[in-house]
Formats: sequence, structure tokens, C-alpha cells
Amino acid sequence: MGHRLSGIGLAIFLPFHFLLLGTALEGAEGLEAALAFTDSPLVKIAEWGLVMLLALHFFFGLRVLLLELTRWPNHSETLGNWVLPGAIASAFVGIIFLLQIF
Amino acid sequence: MKAIQNSEQLLSVRIWRGKKDGRFVTYQVPVRDNQTVLDVVTEVQRLHEPGLSYRFACRVGVCGSCAMMVNGKPRWTCRTHVNKVIDEDVLTIEPLRNLPHIKDLVCDMAPFIDTWQKAGAPFSSTQTRSQPPAKVDPESPTRRAADASLQCINCGVCYSACDVVNWNRDYLGPAALNRAWTLVNDVRHSKRQQTFDMAFSEGGCGSCHSHGNCTRHCPIELSPSESIAGLKRLAFTGLPKEL
Amino acid sequence: MERRLFVVQRLTAMILAPLVIIHLGLILVAVRDGLTAAEILARTQGSVFWAIFYGLFVLVVAIHAPIGVRKVLKEWTELEDSTINSFCWMLALLLLVLGFRAVAAVV
Repeated sequence: MGHRLSGIGLAIFLPFHFLLLGTALEGAEGLEAALAFTDSPLVKIAEWGLVMLLALHFFFGLRVLLLELTRWPNHSETLGNWVLPGAIASAFVGIIFLLQIF
Repeated sequence: MKAIQNSEQLLSVRIWRGKKDGRFVTYQVPVRDNQTVLDVVTEVQRLHEPGLSYRFACRVGVCGSCAMMVNGKPRWTCRTHVNKVIDEDVLTIEPLRNLPHIKDLVCDMAPFIDTWQKAGAPFSSTQTRSQPPAKVDPESPTRRAADASLQCINCGVCYSACDVVNWNRDYLGPAALNRAWTLVNDVRHSKRQQTFDMAFSEGGCGSCHSHGNCTRHCPIELSPSESIAGLKRLAFTGLPKEL
Repeated sequence: MERRLFVVQRLTAMILAPLVIIHLGLILVAVRDGLTAAEILARTQGSVFWAIFYGLFVLVVAIHAPIGVRKVLKEWTELEDSTINSFCWMLALLLLVLGFRAVAAVV
């Protein structure tokens, strides 16, 4: 569930991410002006959300890959047990990001 | 246990009556030693509510016909002891989730049975009746894989437990895909490729989310999720020509 | 068809995993003291490594994301399959075009 919601979120965000970077086509000034927009705290919170989405999608995706493509002695128990560590690891990434930007 | 009557403890049982737009009716049933949920339902029908509809046959966990929702979880009621599942002295019994309700505790199992056909479940032998029985090495990896998933009693508990079935009725579900996995690993099955293709068609194992509810609820402790994972692994390599 | 998409989805996921680790790591390091265009471009411009890195990233994402979105739309919406398929093709093209445009802009 978290895996697909974060995936959808990323799919919606990516075109905008590319558009922003594309502004650099008109020279560094274009990108600079666009980046100035990221200074406001609200945008920083939104960016944090994006980093979290990517981290969550990564860890939950890793879980799916490992579960499906490798063999586990206790498959049923292992299945559920990986969601929480994935979420915690993502939160960890999120905290580092917050520490870095503020 | 709350009410004590005639020096016997009583158990409150909420049972679903009617179809989709039905209601819960509460019955009081004496607590007995080693009582199963099916015992309780039978007692209600014999002594309180002769019109109560439910299914059972063997009463010993072989036939797979008595599955119901017990306190919100699908279970085989004949092998489920009341004292293991009771919650605050109340037992709530409903028909299986994810299947059309017919009346009271009875579901229409047809959609579940249909999934087996769609997953390529019918066995088709490579040999004829006049040939000697096939020699199968019981220690071969494929035979062991098939054996591990073989004992399914078609009770529908996993189908009812599955969240993907719940939101998408086109999904074939754990039991049918588990069956497909046993056939794909069976040297004697002549349509292994066809079964594999059907198990991976629209609504097949590509739709499984590996939540593992099937495995968690399977009364005989099979692991449909491991079977489906096996099919998924085969998707990368294709079926081996020889088993 | 479903099987092929499934395999492609898992293979692209395996390619994406290390790319995402690097990307996330870089984000965490680079955002200290804020981002500037000069800083980003100094890192990426003329670098063959980052050109290949981001080029591959865009390509694989443009495959991975539409397949995932297709599956979600199929399971959660009542839309016709053909509608979903064409929407996802457009999404793939959009990601591909915008993505490569962005990579071209920064390297």
C-alpha cells in the first residue's frame, strides 16, 4: 500500500522535476531563478516529502524484490516483518535530509 | 464468561442471518470443553434456530466445506476451538468474505471454483491408461516443490483472506495459483506451459502483492505466497523443458 | 504480455535500486547550505559519468513508472484497459522527452 502510493506520488512529481532541470537549457540563470523558489520553508517541507517518497518506494521495493525472488525458510513470517524496518530506514533518511536543509 | 445459568457458563454468539442486507442475531450457547466453532453453530441450529443455513460435511478438517469468518478472520470452523478465538466473551460468525452470500452462513463458492479453471488447474496426463505409471523421483526438486503445496482442501479461506481478491475480483487468488504451481512442477502434466501461461495471464500471479494473508490464514499451513513467488521466479527464466 | 511486463518491471527495479541509492546519497550531501545552479552545473557539465548516470536513470524510470501506474489504474479504477494503456504510453513518452531534455540541459 505504502509502496504503491509512494510510487504514484513519484510518477506525478517526476515530470515537474524534469521541467525544472530543463530550465537550465536557457542558461544557468534560468535554473538559478527556479531554485530561488526552493528557499521558502513550505517548499522545503514539500521537498522533504519527495525525499521520503523516494526512500519509502526504494525500501518497500527492495522488500518486494527480496521476498519474491529469493527463497526464505519462513516465508510467511518474513513477509510482514519487513514493512516496519523499511519505514524506519526511510524516516532515518528523512531526518538526515531535514538536518541538512535547516 | 458473564451469564451463568443452570450452573452452566453461557457464550454469546452473534450469527449473521439473511443475505447481504441481513443482520446479526445473538444466541446463548453453553460453554463446553473442547468446543469448536462448528459445534456452536450446530448447537444453535439444532436447539435455537432450525432455519439457520450453514455448510459442513466431515467435521474433521478434510473436506474444506465449513469455512466461515470467525471474529473477522476466515477459519475452518470444525478445527477451530472456541477458546482460541473468543474475543471478550463474544463469538461473531459470518459467511466468508469475497464471495457472494446466499443465505446466513452459506456462500456461493462458484466464483472461487471458477478461478481454478482460469489458472489452468485441470490435470492432463502425458500418458494413457494403458501405459505403466510414470516414475517420479520423490527427491527431485520439482517434486518436492509440488509436494509442499499439494495438500490444499479447497476451503476458500485464503481466497477470503486475500486483500487483492477483495479489491479486484478478476484476480485468480492464492488457491488457484498454488494449484498451478503444483502442476507446473509435475512431470506427468502434459500442459505445463499452458498452465503457466494461464497462471500468469491477466489477473494472474503478476497481481499478487505478497501481503501473505493467504499463508497466514491457511488452516493446513500451506504457503500459497511461496508458490506464487515460485511462479514469479519462473517468469524470468521460462519453464525448463525437462523437469 | 502480463508476464513480460512483470519481468521488465522487476529488472528495471533492480537497475534503479543502486541508482536511487546514489541519487539519495547525493541529495543528502548536496542540499547542505542550499542548492545553487552553479553548484549543480559545475558537478554535471561535461561529466561523462553523470551524463550516463542520469541518462540511464531517465530511460529506466520511463519504463518502470508507466508499468507500475498501469497496474495501479487497472486494480483501482474502472477505466477501460485501452484507455489505461494509452495513458501509460503517454506517461512514458512524457517522462522520456522531459527527462532527456533535463539531462541535456545539465550536462
